[in-house]
Amino acid sequence: MTDHALMQQILAFRSKPENQSPHGNFLGLEIIDIDRGKGVVRIPYRAELAGNATTGVLHGGVITTVLDAACGISVICALEQRATIATLDLRIDYLKPATPGQPVTAAGHCYKVTRNICFVRALAYHLDPEDPIANCAATFMITSPQTGEARAERVSP
Amino acid sequence: MSIVELIRLAKANNDFGVLSAGIPYMKTLNIEVHEADGILTVELQADRIHTGNPWLPALHGGVIGGLLETAAIVQLAHDQDTDNLPKPINVTVDYLRSGRIATTWARAQVTKQGRRVANVQASCWQEDPEKPIASLFGHFLTG
Repeated sequence: MTDHALMQQILAFRSKPENQSPHGNFLGLEIIDIDRGKGVVRIPYRAELAGNATTGVLHGGVITTVLDAACGISVICALEQRATIATLDLRIDYLKPATPGQPVTAAGHCYKVTRNICFVRALAYHLDPEDPIANCAATFMITSPQTGEARAERVSP
Repeated sequence: MSIVELIRLAKANNDFGVLSAGIPYMKTLNIEVHEADGILTVELQADRIHTGNPWLPALHGGVIGGLLETAAIVQLAHDQDTDNLPKPINVTVDYLRSGRIATTWARAQVTKQGRRVANVQASCWQEDPEKPIASLFGHFLTG
């Protein structure tokens, strides 16, 4: 399958409500762009998700969620065949506080795929990736490699 | 009331449940704090909105990470001498088991409190603390 056809298939699958993550939807998480081994997602700012009511800065858990989502989608887009995946670990460096009122974008890149494990990095930022909020390195496990429609039934980052 | 005033109040009354008034994320995700003998346990109520993988279904990794980080922050706020809200520098979360959509607890231990930086370990479980679903270690800016 060409990269373009694979990306179209992934987007079509993700566009169905039953294939979406309820927590992603709760946060208003959107897929902005995907490519082979890459995924960009975004969440809008919401004051109810702040980690400090005085400053309005988003809680680290929200940054974790958006980075985890970007990494997961990057892994899905790196695999030739559909598979279920699970996060093994996630290391996050918080580089600066997110600016209150601004949406957060996270761009992931799955740069190495092995038989069982996928290696990913991701960056969270507002508008400029050169001025990041957080940097992330993660590993994912391919829990059940499957082919064709069988995988389509189960895949979800 | 500012977060600094809330931390002061929590320490004065030994009631860290009031912190959620200054941490909107805790209120939104429905995270409560319980204290026993100086150890704080955070409790996440089961809710469909915490689901990541809709097929299993399983708790979202971001929610588990957020709960662990919250456990670390409230324990640090409890332990430290100053009343500022600790800020995460970096965290590593290991996912050990898939989390069900059920009540989930987390607890943190301050491994080392330096002058400005604290090292913290935290663990998250569902029915059995001996079978953690995830663990965290990280550094936090305190003071």
